[in-house]
Order: sequence, then structure tokens, then C-alpha cells
Amino acid sequence: MMSNPVLSIRNLRIALPEGADREFAVDDVSYDLNKGEILCIVGESGSGKSMSANAMMGLLPDLVRPVGGEIMFDGIDLLTLSENQLMDLRGRRIAMIFQEPMSALNPLMRIEDQIAEVFEAHNLLSPKERSARALELLKEVGIPDPEKAMRAYPFQLSGGQRQRVMIAMALALEPEILIADEPTTALDVTTQAQILELIRELQKKHGMAVMFITHDFGVVAEIADRVAVMQYGRIVEAGTADEVLDNPSHDYTKKLIAAIPTLATDQAVAGIDKAPVLEVEGLCKTYVTGGGFLGRNPRVVKAVQNVSFTLAEGETLGIVGESGSGKSSVGRCLVRLMEPDEGMVRLGGHDMAKLKGEALREARKSIQMIFQDPYASLNPRSKIGRIIAEGPMAHGVSKGEAYANAERLLELVGLDASAIDRYPHEFSGGQRQRIGIARALALEPRVIIADEAVSALDVSIQAQVLDLLAELKERLNLALIFITHDLRVAAQICDRIAVMQKGEVVELGPAYDIFNNPKSGYTRSLIEAIPGREKDLAAVTVG
Amino acid sequence: MLRFILMRLGKAVIILIAILILNFFLIHAAPGDPAAVMAGEAGAADEKFIADLREQFGLDKPLLTQLGIYLGGVLQLDLGFSYRQQMPVADLIFDRLPATLILTLTAFVIALTLGTIAGVLASARVGKWSDTFISTLALLFYATPLYWAALMAVLVFSVYLNWLPGFGYETVGANHEGFARLLDIAKHLILPATTLGLFFMAVYMRMTRASMLEVSQLDFVKTGRAKGLKPGIIQRRHIFRNAMLPVVTLAGLQAGQLVGGAVLTETVFAWPGIGRLMFEALAQRDYNVLLGVFFVSAAMVLLFNLITDILYRFVDPRIRVG
Amino acid sequence: MKDFWKRYSRNRGAVIGLVILAIVVVVAILAPLVFPQSPWRMVQRPFLPPLSMDQYPLGTDALGRDVMAGLAYGAQVSLLVGLVSTVAALLIGIPIGALAGYFGGWADDALMRFTEFFQTVPSFALAIVLVAIFQPSIYSIIAAIAIVSWPPVARLVRGEVLSLRSREYVEAAILSGQKSGTIIMRQVLPNTISPIIVLASLMVATAILLESSLSFLGLGDPNMMSWGYMIGAARTVIRQAWWLSFFPGVAILLTVLALNLIGEGLNDALNPRLARKGK
Repeated sequence: MMSNPVLSIRNLRIALPEGADREFAVDDVSYDLNKGEILCIVGESGSGKSMSANAMMGLLPDLVRPVGGEIMFDGIDLLTLSENQLMDLRGRRIAMIFQEPMSALNPLMRIEDQIAEVFEAHNLLSPKERSARALELLKEVGIPDPEKAMRAYPFQLSGGQRQRVMIAMALALEPEILIADEPTTALDVTTQAQILELIRELQKKHGMAVMFITHDFGVVAEIADRVAVMQYGRIVEAGTADEVLDNPSHDYTKKLIAAIPTLATDQAVAGIDKAPVLEVEGLCKTYVTGGGFLGRNPRVVKAVQNVSFTLAEGETLGIVGESGSGKSSVGRCLVRLMEPDEGMVRLGGHDMAKLKGEALREARKSIQMIFQDPYASLNPRSKIGRIIAEGPMAHGVSKGEAYANAERLLELVGLDASAIDRYPHEFSGGQRQRIGIARALALEPRVIIADEAVSALDVSIQAQVLDLLAELKERLNLALIFITHDLRVAAQICDRIAVMQKGEVVELGPAYDIFNNPKSGYTRSLIEAIPGREKDLAAVTVG
Repeated sequence: MLRFILMRLGKAVIILIAILILNFFLIHAAPGDPAAVMAGEAGAADEKFIADLREQFGLDKPLLTQLGIYLGGVLQLDLGFSYRQQMPVADLIFDRLPATLILTLTAFVIALTLGTIAGVLASARVGKWSDTFISTLALLFYATPLYWAALMAVLVFSVYLNWLPGFGYETVGANHEGFARLLDIAKHLILPATTLGLFFMAVYMRMTRASMLEVSQLDFVKTGRAKGLKPGIIQRRHIFRNAMLPVVTLAGLQAGQLVGGAVLTETVFAWPGIGRLMFEALAQRDYNVLLGVFFVSAAMVLLFNLITDILYRFVDPRIRVG
Repeated sequence: MKDFWKRYSRNRGAVIGLVILAIVVVVAILAPLVFPQSPWRMVQRPFLPPLSMDQYPLGTDALGRDVMAGLAYGAQVSLLVGLVSTVAALLIGIPIGALAGYFGGWADDALMRFTEFFQTVPSFALAIVLVAIFQPSIYSIIAAIAIVSWPPVARLVRGEVLSLRSREYVEAAILSGQKSGTIIMRQVLPNTISPIIVLASLMVATAILLESSLSFLGLGDPNMMSWGYMIGAARTVIRQAWWLSFFPGVAILLTVLALNLIGEGLNDALNPRLARKGK
């Protein structure tokens, strides 16, 4: 394979300001970007994967500076260029798109103007021509109703549409290099699939060199030609996609790939005929947003429509869906953090949906929740011991007993009992989630709802927490409802899965059936959208 | 848009009525006989006047009826009668209102313009000495008592340096016409408007600076740089426009304080507006006038808020369209 | 605690502010010791210029009263009024904001309309009206200032409580069966303390300005020597005796400045993540 480097990075070293967790954001990193190829830079958070890209564009944050190496582009070292020279390159020869489509566009400018700006920045074309080109670009990136989109403001478009606009802006001047910094991380899985497809098409059509930064190996499997894996600012492994994914040589790569939940599910273990511990029937919730006193354009959101399912002891039920599917709302209705309009939630002989006051407080013991954001789920001013013991104490357990129990629970979740006296900020994200699990267990509930409990964690930490949950499930015979948007995670841990779309359950069945014989068209499209599905990542042996 | 204006007007009317009710109860809650309170300092008005008042406001009748009479009066623009000045309160106020409007509007414009410019400059030179200088100056203006600044301004610029007139609206006895008159008024306006604006200049400067810095960290600014846009364009088109949104909101909220500050400024500079009227009424314990001025100034504030709200809707498409 | 002081003292302005405020407090406390006679007493001929006699370094006013003694006693009034009215405003605003934010719905609506009303009326004008009608005294002044100052507190507390209410650890507390009261006191309010403290320091500054403005207009407590009163009394004789307006004004300026600097220092120390850029 004749490689044709458009850009070469050699021994790049970027220093972090004092007080950071390490000296260099990027340490002695070298790689090439070849014409007509997609290079994926993979790593977990803090690996420095975005830094070299920022350095290429001269967009490093204020206190971070390159202190060694070179970035050769067309015979010039980009690190030596002046700001004016870099401005000339940006957008024209090297373009960049990044992660948050919500905030990456100026909320006060129309789409048309923002695209036309790219031409304006480089003094090209007349204003009329710019508008015409903008429209063409929008068509090329597949935006629905491009004429309307031109005159729209960013808030009127969806996340996926905004990302298409970003791509249109990046392509406008036919750059030689496109840098994509986690562009699909904030998107739904089906939208992500579309955007990845789009990038691949456009890359072929325009012959660009694409550098795709991501933390998701599935995405890598889906589109990468070549891969570089980064850890702590260093490249630990690099090669073609096949090489790295099928035969990883470095331990870290192996660990990362092994941590990815596989899509292989066991054939359903002979029907779980146990008595249901939770029965949900006809759950409904509709709410109105944007109303208020002025009543301007109130939107009616049918968050949960007639949802019914049962949960047996020792079973894990997954509720899977994209954003807006209602999966989180179902969870919140079950625990009455949101008041359902209709429906029955039978748990331990009571209808949770109808209880009030003291009876409700009492019944709350039986169903607990683990939350998504490890940094927001623990009161920063409370010690860990109190966080775990508060619940039981509110139900009459003595302080001594509650604290002793807390120590026991901490050890159960793999933390040291001395954590009792420490504060949340002393712990990492993964550890905080463990504390959240301990807290949920403190009241000895019969059902635990995990609301996207691992979505905010790095993939290797995620694997640990999922293992912990599986272990606890076995030991304590827990009934678990696992709410997630990540189908891989659902495949790994769930016995049965309910697929939700726009508030309704479109399919419900054993995990094996869902993944191998999906009945609903929507379920099928969800599964097909999983990046890297074709590559059986499970076939990697950890060695 | 029309719907919005009507709703806001409706809300404003409700607030004004609430103020009137408040006024009414204040008079009755004050120590002493309400009629005497309304007439002014006890014993100052003659018996006949107080008796007339009693009859006019039906002070023997039940409270609610009195409230009705009072509200009815206001609707006919009758805000009571000032015994001291021997004029209807409404006349007194509307006579002097234009002077206050000129003063407060000018002060506002000066404060907003200079404050915004200073804020933008300071945010562009963060950490450098020019930023420290501007920020320190703003802090000083913010902490300076308005009336004291006014007095010092008179002392320095009028008494010692004799550059600008230190009191009044026009030069007494000069009898200018047309443009010359305008110029004369403008000269008299400079010191009071600037001192009144000092505090708000500081407020807008700090808000603008903070807002510019905050917005410059947002993602779409990075997008702008990635397109290769020049820093000047990014500053103007992307950062400034977004940064000014909260400043506009703030300007609306500050209106009340601006009007309040007029009382102090007009007192020091002998500016013939409703602020000075309030000061005179204080000395004479003329409560009718006091409450009348309070009511009118509240109405001014509401009007100003309405205008800034409408402006905001023009500027932010998310509210206009969404 | 030590951490807090370290972060606080990194801001030089904040330290200066603290020093200035300390001086003012000391002066206020020592006033009766250093100036045992009432500041209303005539001690020399009127209009004595500053530095013309050793005993009276700041001169005397229109009635021959010692300016320096006036400043010292005035410090008492300013600090007293500033502190008490702020505490009163907090006592009104915090419960209103907390209840509105936590319970939402119609309680929120009603309380917010009420708060809006007080925010819309021109606050200084209202204060004037209140003090005038209820007769000027230290009590009416403190009450009037408290009444016009509480809305921003309620707004702030409501905002914080709203955002905390949907914070996950508060939801976890609800799920674990804790009572509403406990949740508000244990989970929500302690996490709103920092912004309240910062706001409080700025409110004391504003209260001092308000009190001095009211006194300037002649609405001060007739028995208490206040800085604002001194400036107001000197207004008509400004040409002859500039020092009578100058020194009290500087005193107010320094005190208010100090409080503002302290407020900023507290902000940086309590919210290190939100510290200003470019440092």
C-alpha cells in the first residue's frame, strides 16, 4: 500500500501548565496522515488524543504549548508559522469539526451566514455566490429541506442536522485534511451511523485525509483504515485497522478491546418462571413544555405511552432507546420522581403509583436508583459514611447500625471501609459510581434501577462496574432494570430487553432474540446502526 | 409580538394598581391621622383644608370605599393636592417630568456606551495593566456614593476650575433661543448626567467584561477560529453579539436604581426634575407629593422595562422565533 | 479552613479590603474610648480647617463639632445598619427563595410575582417613602433597607435551589425516604451557602450606601451621627468648607470598596473552579 503522507507529525511534545497531572499532554508522538485514508486516534479521556489535532490548527488552549518536534505539512513546519499564516490555512487547507453540535454554532446567526463566513474569511466569491455555494453544500451533506435550513437558526435544527452543517462548513473550501474530534459522541446511535456514513462518502469523493478522534472502538472498527492508540500522551500501538483490532500487541490495547461489551448473547436460559417482583401496567406520562404564563408554542411531549412489563427476582431487564425515547422517564415514574398520569406499578403488594405521604416513604425502601453522573450523584459536602447511612437512618435504623452497614457495603462494592470518613471529591468517577451502588443497596431494595449508570465512564472503568453489578446480582439475587442507550452494554448484562421509541415499547423479549431475530423494524435499524457490528470484537483473546 | 406587548402592559397595569394600593395603605398605616398626614406636617395645614380632605376622600367611610375613591381619582389623573405648593400634585409632577427624563436618559446612554466600550477593551487585554486600570476604576466608581461624587464634581469642575455650570437647567436670565438654548442645556447636563451615570458605567463595564470573557470560551468561538476568521470579526460578530444579551437584560433591571439615583443628583445640582421635587417634599413633609412621585417613577421604570424587553426579543432569535 | 484562607489571600485586593474593613471596625468599637464626648457637642469655633489645630486634625463643621469624632461615631452607625439590615433581608429572602424553588408550582408562581413586584418598584424611592412616612429612626431605616434589599436574595436562593432540586444527589435523598424538611436543610441549603455569603457581603456595602443616601437627604436618625448626614449638612457650605463633605465621603468610599473587594475575594475562594480567566 503506497502511503502518501499529506501531513507528518514527528516527535511532537506538548507541555501542560504546572499543577496538571502530568508534564506533557502529548509526549514524543509521531504519525502520518495519508491522502485518501481515515486515521483513527483512539484513547480514553485524558489520553491527549485531541491535543495534536489542536496543535495542527494552532488552536491549543492558552497555557498549553508545544515544546518539541514538528508538524510537517507541504514542506513547512506548522509549529513555526505565524498566526496570520495559520489563519490562512484554517478552513481552507485544514478543517476541523468537533463534538458538541449544540454549542458549536453561533446561536444568533443564520445557518446560511455561518457557512458563507468560511468563504468570507478567505476573501473568496461574491456574497451571492457564497449563498449559492452554501445551499449546494447543505444539499451535499444531506440536510433535509436545505432551503429552509439556510434561513434557520441553530436552535431550530436537531443535533444530527447541526453536525451536518458543521461538516458542510468544513468542506466548503475543499481542504486537504479534515480533523474530526469526537464528532458523533454526543449523537444518538442511529444518527451517529448516518454521520459516519456521510464522512466516509465525502472522504472518498473529495480524496481528503481524515483524522478521526474517538474513544469508541466500535467507531474505529466501522470506519478506520489505520489506527493509533493513545494512553497518557503516548502512542502505544499503531497500524492498520485490521492489525490493531484483530491482533493487538500492546497490553493496553488488549485491555481496551476486551473491555468492550460484546454483542454475543447466550441463548435464553430456560424461561425464568419465577414470580414477578415488579409489575408495570399501562404506565403513561405526558407533559407540556414551553408553556407558562404566556403560552407560547407549548409542546406536548408524550414521554411514556402505555408501557407495561414485568420483572422477576434475579432478572435484569434492559430498557433501551435513543434520546427522547422515554426510557429515563419510565425509570423516574417507577420511583415517583416523576408523577405518572396513569398506570399501575405493583411492587411488594402495593401500587407504587398511587401511594402518598408516609406510605410512599415507607414503600420507597423497596426500589432504589443508581444515577448517571458520578460527579453529581453524591453531595459534595457529605462524607461517604453519611451518604450511605442517611437512607436507613431516615427509616429508623440506629446510627451505629447504619454506619456499620455502610462499611460492610463499601467492602462489598470493592472499596476500603475507611472511605466512610472521606469526601466524594477524593474519589474517581468509577469509584463514585461504586459508592452510588452501595448507597442504593443500603436500604435492601428488591428492585434497583440503573439509569445510564455506566454511560459517563471510560470503557475500561465501565467494564469493571458492569462486572461488579453482575457479581452483586448473583450474590444478592437482585432484580435490576438497566436503562441505557448503549446496545453493547445491554447485550452484555441484560436477560430481557425492552426497546423503546417515542414513549412506546416497540419490542420486548430475551436478549438473544432481540439481537439475533429482531421483529420490529425500529429494533432492526438500531442494531444495524451499532458501529463496528460486523467486526466481531469478541474474538480477541486477552493474553 | 403584539400579544407579548399586550401581556406585558397588562402586567404593568397590575403592578401600578398594586403600588397605588400600597400607597393608600401607607398613608393609613402612618402614625397619626391620615388627613393630617395627607395635608402635611401636623398643624401646618389649616383646619378647613383638613376638613375638606376628610370629605373629599371620605375618611369617615369604610376603608374599601376610600380605596375605591382613591383609585378612581388616580384614573382621572388626580394624584391629590399639595397644600404647601398650592397646586395639584399631578401638575407639579408633569411639569418637572421632562427634566428628569432628559437627565436619566442621557445618564443611561453615557453609562451604557462608555461602560460597554471599557468592558470590551478590558476583556481584550485581560491581565495587562490597562485591564487592571479599567477594572480598578470601575470598582472605585461602583463604591462611590452618588451624591458625594456629585458634590465633588461641583467642587472641582464648577467651583475651582469653572469649566462647567454646577447647578440648574439653564443659565438664569440668559434667555437663549433655539439651538443656543439646546447648547446651554447640554452644558448644564454634562456634570449631572455623568455623575449619575458613574455607578452604572461601572456595572455595565464589569458585566460586559465578564460576559465577553465567558462567551470567548464557548465552542462556537473555536469554530470561528477553525474557519480561519480574523480575530476582529470573531470579536465583533461572534463574541460581542452574544455577550451583550445579558447586558441588555441587566440594563432593564437597573432602571429602578437609575430613577432613584436621580433624586440625589437633582438635589445636588438643583436640577428641576421630579427627584428634586421629592427632596423638597421631604423637607416639607408633603406626603401627597412624595407618594405621587413614587408612583410616577414606578411607571417610568415599568415603561423602560417594557422597552428593553422588546429590544431583547429583537436581538435574540431564540425568543423571537422559537 | 486553611485551604480557604490560602485561596482567599491569593487575591491581593481581597486582603486589602479585609484590612480596611478591620480598621473601620476597630475605629467604630474604640470610638467612645477615644472620643468620650458626644460628637454632637460643640468643641471649637465653626469651620476650623483641617490640620490647623493638633487636637482636631480634620477640623470642625458649621456648628463647631469635631469632624474626626463624627467620622468615628459614624462608623458605628454604618456598620450597625449595614449588618443588621442585611441579616434582616436574608431572613426574609432565604425562606421565600427556598420555598419557591423547592416546591415549585403555584407556590413558586405566587412568591415570584411577589418578589418581582418589589424588584420592579424603584427601591430607593420606596425606601424614602417608607422612612418618611414612618418617621426617621434607626429602626425605620433598617426596616426600609431590608424591605427593598431582599428580592435579589430570594432570586438567588430560588435559582440555586431549583438547580439543586434536580441534582442527582437530592433525588437520591428523596428516594431514600428523607423528609422534605431534612432534605432542604441537609442537602440543599448547605450547597447554596457560598453564593449567599458572597451576595451578603455585597449587600452590606449596598446597605451602607443606602443608609448614607437616606441620611444625606435628611432622613437619618436624628440622634445618630452618620456619615451621610455629615455630607448632607455640608452641602450648602461646600464652597467655604470642602473638607466637611470630603472626609465622610472618603470614609464611605473606603468602607464600601473594602466590602466589595472582600466579596470578590470570597467568591474566588469559595468557587475556585469559577475563578477568573487569565490568571
